[in-house]
Amino acid sequence: MTKEELKGVYKTYRDLPLTPITSVNSAANRTGFWKTFKPVMDAEKCIKCGICWKFCPDVAVKMKPGELPSFDLEHCKGCGICAHECPKKAITMVMEGE
Amino acid sequence: MKMVMTGNYASAYGAKVCRAEVISAYPITPQTSIVEKIATLVSSGEMKAQFVKVESEHSAMAALISASMTGARTYTATSSHGLLLMHELLIWAAGARTPIVMSNVCRANGPPWSVWADHHDAIAQRDTGWMQVFCEGNQEVLDSIIMAYKLGENPNIRLPTMINEDAFILSHTVEPVDVPEMEDVDDFLPPYNPRFKLDVDEPYGFGSLVMPEMYMEFRFKINEAMEAARQGWRDVEKDFEKKFGRNHGGMVEFYQCEDADAVLIMAGSIASTAKDVVDKLRSEGKKVGLARIRIFRPFPVEEIRKLAGMTNILAMCDHSYTFGHWGPMAQEVRGALYDLADKPLLKNYIVGLGGKDMTPEVIEKIYLKTLALKDGLDADIEWIGVKGHGGW
Repeated sequence: MTKEELKGVYKTYRDLPLTPITSVNSAANRTGFWKTFKPVMDAEKCIKCGICWKFCPDVAVKMKPGELPSFDLEHCKGCGICAHECPKKAITMVMEGE
Repeated sequence: MKMVMTGNYASAYGAKVCRAEVISAYPITPQTSIVEKIATLVSSGEMKAQFVKVESEHSAMAALISASMTGARTYTATSSHGLLLMHELLIWAAGARTPIVMSNVCRANGPPWSVWADHHDAIAQRDTGWMQVFCEGNQEVLDSIIMAYKLGENPNIRLPTMINEDAFILSHTVEPVDVPEMEDVDDFLPPYNPRFKLDVDEPYGFGSLVMPEMYMEFRFKINEAMEAARQGWRDVEKDFEKKFGRNHGGMVEFYQCEDADAVLIMAGSIASTAKDVVDKLRSEGKKVGLARIRIFRPFPVEEIRKLAGMTNILAMCDHSYTFGHWGPMAQEVRGALYDLADKPLLKNYIVGLGGKDMTPEVIEKIYLKTLALKDGLDADIEWIGVKGHGGW
């Protein structure tokens, strides 16, 4: 919750739940802006093995069986694990904005 | 049904009659037979619960916090170094307001390595936000588990509880224990049903970051619940007595304190031995009494102040210690008495660390030492039974 959102509901400690509870889950929490580098895929080198999809710690590599993987850049934090693990060096980490 | 059982089996049956639904634990001496018994009850189908095997006590507590947040009734047991390893998650459990009940078999911390009774493990968790009960006997171990769920799950309290039983003296000693019928416990203890739950169909995030402007408010709420739990423990024990016909003395049990010249304060199983010593000394015309701290968190301030009106000499026998200061319970007793105009003398004894035997003879010596303090304290604090120190 932002300060503005809180103003409407939180006047005293009695208005608070027992422990902080948010209705916003991690899918709605866009952490992608943290990254410095973003992954870029070379579709010609990719063999669709799914290793990048398996290793992504943020479930930000999306892949359907038999299709090329894609990156959910709203949640990718740019850690580069996918690029490091790719057996065909098909993923390159590129500076954001380039 | 009356059965003969150890304190550890009384703990296991306590979890069973309360219909604990998720158990997660890691074995450690002298706790192991609690979770072994529960594992047996679960595998035979006598107890309908999920038993989650884990690689450490830290993970056991983490599993229970999550399980409790789904609305399940949860139980675990540990001891000594296992409890110390849980420390981080104990604070989390209280902050998440999960009414977990845990048996801690009080055992000394190493080194020197020891598996015998003292209260240092439990006392080291004083500031985690857990309610703490110290038991004198096996019946009290079982009954306290029922009371702890009843009080801890109360929406105005919603705190976890640690039930402390002394290593071996309770954990491995058999006594007759009345195991209540599950239907009677059902009448007393309704199912746990928190308003907000972990639920994949209705997802919430729990325990998230709050800004500095809000953090203290959540801490204040825990403290408010803990303060309310003082009356809560008095009330829940009265309700328990109505239903089951037993009580264990309230937050502090007074034994022959009313007209006493000197009263020792103790917690845990040594209080049971001390009652026999009180009887013996009373039969010899010496007016002594015993006060047993049963609930340590929340601290029973009013009950301790009552003692000041009963006697002129108090002595706290701490079954643990804080290096560089008095015993922890003595500090709290002293703090509770500070505001009184007419204060009794208060001496602090450190006793029984690492299972050093607290025989009736040793306790009698302590009583005689304390009675001799009529004209003032000889020292604030004295360690009892240390070879080469203080005449031992």
